[in-house]
Amino acid sequence: MDAVNTLRASAPPLKASRVRSGRRVADRVLVVASTLATLLGILVLGSILLMLIIEGVKGFSPLLFTEPTPGPGSEGGGIANAILGSLVLTTLGILVATPVGVMAGTYLAEYGRHSKVADLIRFLNDILLSAPSILIGLFVYTLMVKPMGSYSGWAGAVALAIIATPVIVRTTEDMLRLVPATLREAGAALGAPPSKVITSITWRGASAGIVTGIILALARIAGETAPLLFTALNNNSWFSANLMGGIPNLPVMIYQFALSPYPNWQQLAWAGALLITVTILALSIVARFVIKSERAR
Amino acid sequence: MAALTEQIALTRTGSPARKKPGGLGDQIFRAASYTSALLVLFVLFGILASIAYGGWPAFREFGPGFITSTSWNIGREQYGALVAIIGTLASAVLALLIGVPLSLGIAVYLTQLCPGWARKPVAMTVELLASVPSIIYGMWGLFVFAPLFARFVQMPVSHLVEGLPIVGTLFYASVPSGVGILTAGIILAIMIVPFVASITRDMLDQIPTVLRESAYGIGCTTWEVVRHVLVPQASVSIIGAVMLGLGRALGETMAVTFVIGNANRLSASVFDPGSTIASRIANEFNEADGLQLNSLMALGCILFVITFIVLIIARLLVRRAKVA
Repeated sequence: MDAVNTLRASAPPLKASRVRSGRRVADRVLVVASTLATLLGILVLGSILLMLIIEGVKGFSPLLFTEPTPGPGSEGGGIANAILGSLVLTTLGILVATPVGVMAGTYLAEYGRHSKVADLIRFLNDILLSAPSILIGLFVYTLMVKPMGSYSGWAGAVALAIIATPVIVRTTEDMLRLVPATLREAGAALGAPPSKVITSITWRGASAGIVTGIILALARIAGETAPLLFTALNNNSWFSANLMGGIPNLPVMIYQFALSPYPNWQQLAWAGALLITVTILALSIVARFVIKSERAR
Repeated sequence: MAALTEQIALTRTGSPARKKPGGLGDQIFRAASYTSALLVLFVLFGILASIAYGGWPAFREFGPGFITSTSWNIGREQYGALVAIIGTLASAVLALLIGVPLSLGIAVYLTQLCPGWARKPVAMTVELLASVPSIIYGMWGLFVFAPLFARFVQMPVSHLVEGLPIVGTLFYASVPSGVGILTAGIILAIMIVPFVASITRDMLDQIPTVLRESAYGIGCTTWEVVRHVLVPQASVSIIGAVMLGLGRALGETMAVTFVIGNANRLSASVFDPGSTIASRIANEFNEADGLQLNSLMALGCILFVITFIVLIIARLLVRRAKVA
């Protein structure tokens, strides 16, 4: 009896403390694990940047921007033709994607809010947004490279445009939806036709957001490699205005040179990698600030 | 003054000065925006049609055996997809096993634990991981990660498990070079973390604060709040985010091509080199012609079907996820 009493007296606090310690352990584990996960993410980004800076700065010289890529086994050289080619391809891609993307986004946000076709397009656009870019490369290969008989800069630009468009469609639609309906009504009440309301009221109201979308699309296609492998490919020649042949470009150059046996090619690949990563990270950060200033307004 | 009255008088007498809304320019604008939107439809079906067209000869030549055959012999023109399909699925599943816990950890840290001043910079750093081009991940994986992985994981683990049943084959590296299916899975995991983490964080942020506060108020620990309040509330969206990550991992090309080893071999060990559908296409496409080219297109067709099923499920679960 005595023993039972002491048991009873001691049991509840014992049990409670066991539960409490179990809870504390679970909580500690969660805190430590999620902090570590975040640290790991930051560490990986840091390590990537560190790698690029250490390896890339070694190869940095003014020659990079003035000399074309060297042939196999020859010394020196730069990546000027690849830089120029990449600029041309991404510019062309964005020039095609921007009007199509903005207009399609406008349709989804302004005309087709409640239509079935718009719902379908919105859904498929979201899927296209995360579709593997290599499949887009295969599509453009069948569409353009095969009929025309050779790799071409035009095909590369079209592939990049197809990748950029869904990004622009999506951001344009989202940003237009943020424009208050009262503004549109005010425009319509003044007698402006829908196209006038859209171009001078809603587009203007959402301009910062739309620009952000275009910058994001630019950042996305600037580093795309897989689709360019089957479309623009690469060559070591000095850049020519003729976009009918293969066009030198940074991503494919990096891919081919990084895995090559020549030390100077590898060096150029690292320099190109540093250049392209810094550019893309800068674009992403700029896009963030554009949208932030818009929200603050 | 006289001119003004004159003008008013003129407008009064004539037909209404205002053009009827919905004139020609208006219709052109509407048609242009509609056409642009339809272009998106066209592109998606164009992708499917072109790949199916290109891959058709391979499907006709090998029949359903194309999917179940493991051979990939360019000399004898015998092609099968099984090794690449298994490599694709295995690397993507490994990426989820590693990446999803990491992403959830980051999302919980950002929404529950992070001090206010650090929240924005930390969130931005994690999101910047998403904008690093995949070819850079490939170079990092091959030149930085793989040597470390070979030295500090593959070699010790291989020694440890050698001769043991099951784990002895699963984690044994015959050539500890650092590249292989598991390396590809780890790199893919890092690449999907920013996507899954940022969608999950948004979903957790949308849960009403009252719910969280009342749970803390009755004495719950952070773990209990996450486990019993936040996760059940956001579970559907989190699964959607994970599927979105899976879609990315399945189709990722350049990073995988660098680190998977590109071998046409079916191996039981996750340390051995293999290949995925995307990496094989990237590797062989430029030198391929004839039936090999058709077979690569057919591989692309299979990849299309797999990823699009995954992405459709994902989009149904997270209807309006973030851009890129």
